[in-house]
Amino acid sequence: MREPSRTRERGAVQLNRERAPAALRDAVRWYRAMLVARRFEEEAERAFRRGKIGGYLHVYSGQEAVAAGWLAELRADDIFFTAYRDHAYALFRGSSPDAVMAELFGKATGLAKGKGGSMHLFDVARGFYGGYGIVGGHLPLATGAAYALRYRATDRVCLCFLGDGAMNTGAFHEAVNMAGVWGREGFCPLVYIVENNQYGMGTSVERSSALTNLAARFGAYAIDHERADGMDFVAVRALAARIISQVRLSGRPYAVELLTSRFAGHGAADLFQPYRSKEEIAKAKGRDPVLVLEHQLREAGLLSEAEVKRAHDDAVRIVQDAVQFAEASPEPEPGALFTDIYGAP
Amino acid sequence: MPELTYRDALRTTLVEEMDRDPAVLLMGEDIGLYQGTFRVTADLLDRYGPRRVIDTPISELGFIGAAIGMAMLGLRPIVEVMTWNFSLLALDQIVNNAAKLRYFSGGQAEAPLVIRGPNGAGVQLSAQHSQSLEATYGHFPGLVVAAPATPAEAKGLLRTAIRGKDPVILLENAALYGMKGDVPDGDFAIPFGKAEVVRQGEDATIVAYSRMLHVALASSERLANEGIDAEVINLRTLRPFDIETVAASVRRTHHAVVVQEQWKPFGTAAEIVASIYEQVFDDLDAPVERVTGADVPMPYARNLELLAVPHEEDIIRAVKKTLHRA
Repeated sequence: MREPSRTRERGAVQLNRERAPAALRDAVRWYRAMLVARRFEEEAERAFRRGKIGGYLHVYSGQEAVAAGWLAELRADDIFFTAYRDHAYALFRGSSPDAVMAELFGKATGLAKGKGGSMHLFDVARGFYGGYGIVGGHLPLATGAAYALRYRATDRVCLCFLGDGAMNTGAFHEAVNMAGVWGREGFCPLVYIVENNQYGMGTSVERSSALTNLAARFGAYAIDHERADGMDFVAVRALAARIISQVRLSGRPYAVELLTSRFAGHGAADLFQPYRSKEEIAKAKGRDPVLVLEHQLREAGLLSEAEVKRAHDDAVRIVQDAVQFAEASPEPEPGALFTDIYGAP
Repeated sequence: MPELTYRDALRTTLVEEMDRDPAVLLMGEDIGLYQGTFRVTADLLDRYGPRRVIDTPISELGFIGAAIGMAMLGLRPIVEVMTWNFSLLALDQIVNNAAKLRYFSGGQAEAPLVIRGPNGAGVQLSAQHSQSLEATYGHFPGLVVAAPATPAEAKGLLRTAIRGKDPVILLENAALYGMKGDVPDGDFAIPFGKAEVVRQGEDATIVAYSRMLHVALASSERLANEGIDAEVINLRTLRPFDIETVAASVRRTHHAVVVQEQWKPFGTAAEIVASIYEQVFDDLDAPVERVTGADVPMPYARNLELLAVPHEEDIIRAVKKTLHRA
């Protein structure tokens, strides 16, 4: 939390932290984190255009409230899996922005030593079990991981983030059915979090899913589920707190569909987005999750104009530092080509 | 040293490892209540309970993927595939997750699981249930591929697989489950990447693995009756594959025949033959011969099926050809 002396800054409103609603406790920290994630993605897109980042690049801009809301409530010893739009999760979980950016740059100092890239961020020490590039392919992993947590008689939980596109893969149905079966015995402390940004690449939910209420599809596997707004950090966080504590206690899986928006294209190469209109994108940006939270914090008297500016400045600096770190970092040694294939005997 | 069947050697090893390490658990279709299609897991549900002997839905992709997730969290899942044919449904999980996790996580994650079950032709199981998939799995870095040919190897290779740190493709063979043999007691294990010279000989080297080892050994006895002294090498593991033992043999015999049950194009034998050429080309007195299954989907009719898999006569013919003896 910030120092109360901040109220003395010129132009600052009188802040009223003592009377802040419980729902907004340490939300300023998450506002700042979401800003860092947004700047990070913008800078990554620039670095991609400069040829500093290769391969595929999928940015999270627009969806920040989802990962932030859930990770704000995840215990330090809990774990999570996600797909390839994974930079923000690492940042929210506390991975160094330097190491995340260095991974995107393919440098030895990257989170995965430059061997995974944008789609395969891992920070196992923080319970982040990866970033996966095959749509739906991580769902069975997360399901088995959740089983393992209960097998070891812990009360840890596992979160599995997935996109709307993943729900039409066989992996989805096979994994979710097993979760339903194992959950009956309290052996699957797992939350499936569907981030419905309405497009699997360029194909809309409308055009690809026979049932467009995605949450309802979990009912086929006896998994309790609900749909909610994914653009409001405070609301997502409240939902996450309720569901995580419930799943921790019951060991039964739960599914949440969060309606959200992807502000950018599918990947950095998806420049023209011929599958959706400019108006649609503009409308989505009208409810920017970072601005939604900023507004709530200001209304509650928890954030002054000066603090907003400072948060922006800090985010820019943190991300610039990360880019500089990545640029200055060494490439992996040629010998790294042949390491990390098999375990040491 | 007790005599056990190949099946009981596997089962005994499962029991010993489950007793030793609570992280070891079993998963698969009908391995529990049903007792396992080939009874390798018979009585284990009673012994260890449903948490450790998990009857799965018919969802190869799902349960192999789940086993990978368990392995990432420190468990030691041993997954039974009813036959390796069904593993194709899980190919993405095995190839894109299990084999590559360690690499793309920069060494942060690993998937030490064993996937085991029968590989190769049975008796009149026809096209979808008779495939040999060792070349498929042998292709991918990050996987280990082992193919035990005897009860002792079933025990020794399974134990190494369970205690290792990597995903292991353990290719058993349905025709061998009833085979009896001496099996060392206790912590007996066979390292990966070590072939065995099963029969010593001077005239030609026959390289085989799994069930084909026994066909090769029978062939070598018949060749001996004709005055041809063949050396027979059992590879035991295909990835890593022990080219040193094969090359050392060929340096002495100057002739080689490689036997596999699977189809010839892009098969295991092609890899072994190419490796022999790379290592000991100048020691060869004749081209290396390949004995393989017929390049057709497996037919149902028994007479056609017998024509589709290698027999002793095929190996004998190949050895004589490489020795220029008609």
